[in-house]
Amino acid sequence: MMHDVLTVFWKEGKEILEMNGPRGGFIRLLIWFGVFGVFLPLELGEAWLSSPAALLLWVWFPIFVVANTTAGTVAGEREHHTLETLLASRLPDRAVLFGKVWAAVAYGWLLTLGSIVMGVITVNLVMPGAFRFPAPLLAAGGPLLSLLAAITAAGIGVHVSLYAPTVRQAQQTLSLATLLLFLVPTFGAQALPSGMRARLAAAVSDLPAGRAVVAAAFVLAFLDAILLAAAAARFRRERLILD
Amino acid sequence: MTEAAIKTTDLTKEFRGLRAVDGLDLEVPRGIVFGFLGPNGAGKTTTIRLLLGLIAPTAGRAEVLGFDTRTEACEIRARVGALLEHDGLYERLSAEDNLEFYARIWRLPPQARRDRIKEILTHFGLWERRRERTGALSRGMKRKLAVARAVLHRPPLVFLDEPTSGLDPVAAASLREDLRSLAEREGATVFLTTHNLDEAEKICALVGVIHKGRLLAVGSPEELKARGGERLEIAGRGLDERVAALLSARNEVLAITREEGRLTLDLRPGADQAPLVRAMVEAGVEVEEVRKTRASLEEVFLALVEEERR
Ligand SMILES: Nc1ncnc2c1ncn2[C@@H]1O[C@H](COP(=O)(O)OP(=O)(O)OP(=O)(O)O)[C@@H](O)[C@H]1O
Ligand SMILES: [Mg+2]
Repeated sequence: MMHDVLTVFWKEGKEILEMNGPRGGFIRLLIWFGVFGVFLPLELGEAWLSSPAALLLWVWFPIFVVANTTAGTVAGEREHHTLETLLASRLPDRAVLFGKVWAAVAYGWLLTLGSIVMGVITVNLVMPGAFRFPAPLLAAGGPLLSLLAAITAAGIGVHVSLYAPTVRQAQQTLSLATLLLFLVPTFGAQALPSGMRARLAAAVSDLPAGRAVVAAAFVLAFLDAILLAAAAARFRRERLILD
Repeated sequence: MTEAAIKTTDLTKEFRGLRAVDGLDLEVPRGIVFGFLGPNGAGKTTTIRLLLGLIAPTAGRAEVLGFDTRTEACEIRARVGALLEHDGLYERLSAEDNLEFYARIWRLPPQARRDRIKEILTHFGLWERRRERTGALSRGMKRKLAVARAVLHRPPLVFLDEPTSGLDPVAAASLREDLRSLAEREGATVFLTTHNLDEAEKICALVGVIHKGRLLAVGSPEELKARGGERLEIAGRGLDERVAALLSARNEVLAITREEGRLTLDLRPGADQAPLVRAMVEAGVEVEEVRKTRASLEEVFLALVEEERR
């Protein structure tokens, strides 16, 4: 089983890197690191190394990349008619699923880790004095939470792409889902009576940062377990081939 | 192993009321090239998908290499190779990487993988272009690569859905030669679909004709052609309307065509032609040449499909 997962992982990795041709892939990386490894850290400055806001940002990084990549890989194989041939091979359903999920997660997470490290270097380059490391909370919480968030995004991506006949449709559904993810909390909070809103804000800001990270990690891990288990249950040959 | 490579019993698949495969009873012995013939929409591709266990039958059952397609599809897929109606190639990856991926899927060890990929790409004339994106290859090259992928791991049974579509005549002939030697030398069973009757006649030991999901006939190309009866081509003087009318009135003559000094008679299977020639001579025809030919597989095929349509 592990061998089969790695086989699919190998293929997905190659495909992700060749997504826009060899040069396209390089340009994409350049833009990504330019924005998230140089531009944003310069804007945030010191906050990049110490503020919980930076942590939130890091967790958001992988979500779009991973959700889109995963959705693209299942719906993409259907759209390009490679799925049926793949399913006619000896690969178990789960190997196909997890090979795809782990490849997308690895890609999104590595991009995030790269951006974090690059950001730290950028901030240090423009700030005089001794080299500053990120706060321990960020150094530990960043990689952990972004990994868990990447898995969540992959899980959602798989579910969306399971019934989307084309990549475009899968990605449209995903954009809608992420939009809702932003809008619901924003408008939801505004709809609350002002007294309650103030109390909620106070409760959130009073929460010790360390404990908040641990709580977030638990929630995400729980969500990931559910999403992956559901994906494994739904990702079946009979369902993948839309008759 | 004496059991058949493929055996289906009353295999049926309906798509929203449409019977794509209708009560198929078929047995394909091991070690031969079997040709599945039928017009567009006959149910050939659907049959292959059923045999691979990719879709479930509405009724009936099928066994492939002794395994049930409903309950043991994994066992089947672990043993066969398949080229489906689409090439199924990853266009962003190189030709080499496409094969590498499937070689890993089939768990060929690294050295064997490299050797086999080199061997097969060279054989299909694609070795020089192995590094290019598959999307940049021509239609026929892609088809060849897809065939290469299907037989990469030397499966004992291979399904090929229109393997020669898009190939030039030379490439098609050489692929046919490969498939025949696969069956003869390596004892593999080849199940292929085609519209090309010439192709079926050349390489298939057994042919099945399917139309609207129903199996119309199974047999060797020779047997099927024998069913079509014989054809008599007569050249001579005095082959006029009167003679044509005289002959077409006879029971053993199915059809008759006349063109400047020649008559072509399609005979009922098993018909004796001597009395016909005698009747012509008695009617005053000076017969110069009588040539007997078999109906081609194509004619038999068209006749079978036509018969079914009526
Ligand atoms: N997934 C599907 N949903 C609905 N109908 C289908 C589906 N697949 C096939 N059919 C129908 O079943 C019939 C048989 O199709 P099939 O693809 O098996 O034909 P075929 O013999 O392979 O034809 P061709 O020579 O054109 O490839 C057709 O009428 C087709 O429209
Ligand atoms: Mg077909």
